[in-house]
Amino acid sequence: MTGILGDVAKPARFKPWLARLRLWERARNCAAVLVPPLVTIAVLLLLWQLLCGEQGSALPPPSKVVKDTWELIRDPFFDNGGTDVGLFWQILASLKRVGIGFSMAAVCGVALGVLIGQSSFAYRGLDPIFQVLRTVPPLAWLPISLAAFKDSNPSAIFVIFITAIWPIILNTAVGVRQIPEDYRNVARVLRLNGLEYFTKIMLPASVPYMFTGLRIGVGLSWLAIVAAEMLVGGVGIGFFIWDGWNSSLLSEIILALIYVGIIGFFLDRAISFIGRLIAGRPI
Amino acid sequence: MHGYLTIEQVGKIFDTQSGKFTALANVSLGIEKGEFVTIIGHSGCGKSTLLNIVAGLSRATTGAVLLDGAVVDEPGPDRAVVFQNHSLLPWLSAYANVRLAVDKVFGKTKSASERDDWTKHNLALVHMDHALNKKPDELSGGMRQRVGIARALAMQPKILLLDEPFGALDALTRAHLQDTVMEIHQATKSTAIMITHDVDEAVLLSNRIVMMTNGPSATIGDICEVRLDRPRRRLEAADTPEYARCRKQVLQFLYERHAQVGHKAA
Repeated sequence: MTGILGDVAKPARFKPWLARLRLWERARNCAAVLVPPLVTIAVLLLLWQLLCGEQGSALPPPSKVVKDTWELIRDPFFDNGGTDVGLFWQILASLKRVGIGFSMAAVCGVALGVLIGQSSFAYRGLDPIFQVLRTVPPLAWLPISLAAFKDSNPSAIFVIFITAIWPIILNTAVGVRQIPEDYRNVARVLRLNGLEYFTKIMLPASVPYMFTGLRIGVGLSWLAIVAAEMLVGGVGIGFFIWDGWNSSLLSEIILALIYVGIIGFFLDRAISFIGRLIAGRPI
Repeated sequence: MHGYLTIEQVGKIFDTQSGKFTALANVSLGIEKGEFVTIIGHSGCGKSTLLNIVAGLSRATTGAVLLDGAVVDEPGPDRAVVFQNHSLLPWLSAYANVRLAVDKVFGKTKSASERDDWTKHNLALVHMDHALNKKPDELSGGMRQRVGIARALAMQPKILLLDEPFGALDALTRAHLQDTVMEIHQATKSTAIMITHDVDEAVLLSNRIVMMTNGPSATIGDICEVRLDRPRRRLEAADTPEYARCRKQVLQFLYERHAQVGHKAA
């Protein structure tokens, strides 16, 4: 094909060059995302090392943390019986408790949220109670649940449940109450029954709100589990930290804190990912 | 007055904070099968209230509405509503929005493939078969309203209720949609009530134009019969004396006999 500018139909010759350009661009975009946090982390580590690096400082510097805990980092899967198990098992035990407590909170919270969102009577009756109960700190429930369940594990799970449920209830209720009148009218004209209305209109319309509540809930559960486990003992990341304190193993505590932070971050991301899947749109 | 749809002495009183407010009083109207009736009036004259009562979304305080011999007391798919702001469910595609209605109305009488065909057929009627999988936010205002009309049509209603469906659209889009509505009315012989603000729209589409007086206690002030042959073409119809007569009658009603108080002063 010969045009005014001569033979222009030779894209193949330019392809490798173009591909290289694109790769370069992608690498640059990647770097733009990765470099700032890496730099921040490096600076913070350096600062920490400088502040705590001297002999006799109260907290160990990062180099010492890595050296002291290298065995734990290297093999998170060991199992010497009792509470002497690798970090993987410790975290798994905590995640199990959070998983059970949070799932129950999600089911009950959504159900109660729908109830007070739908019915003004239920809203007037229950909302004041919820508003008071939600301000009770999670650990304040622990003695009561220990007395009620007479066992540490269900007590810890109950603390998670009671911590996570309030934001789920309140956000779900807001989500249900904000459903536009138009959607209700569509449902009425179509004569959708209760179940159809719930699955076809209420759930999709309020999913973003529900998942806001679920995200706050999972964050709070993860906060509460560490504190609860410190008190109830057994295998779990909370007790691991407490145990580290009792044995003056500060490096182990610091390592555990890093793991707790990272797991908390992924829990939050996991919930918002599930929310996006269910809603079929960004939430 | 008796017809396919009968509105009999309908009144509506709202309880407001400042006491009772009579929105509608003594509204009586009969509509024959296949008729296209528009209701026109100034804002706040209770047009939408009347339509909502016919839809069953709102209850008349006095009087009753009968459709095909049965009293209307709750909403239902035999009185499909095209809402002013389309009211499509934003998480469903155009197809799924219509299919939801089709599944609900014909779930027991049609097979899945028949329902699929019927959904597509109705979207084709409003010329939206090219955007089956688009979500409402990916569609223009006019297209959303087309899908809204398809959803209402797909219910195969006894009467189609259009609540100012083109109010939010620009003039060109409006004209296209009016043509589509005329085409559909011609093809399906559906009975319809449409609320509008637009005099030309009313004359072009209707068999009869119902003019409402201003509220409170709004009622039917006058009815104009439009004796134009169908199918009507926008440009040819506009040149006929009948069109001019109807237009004048409606304009006179709206701006001389029942001008809004604020406008009269100005």
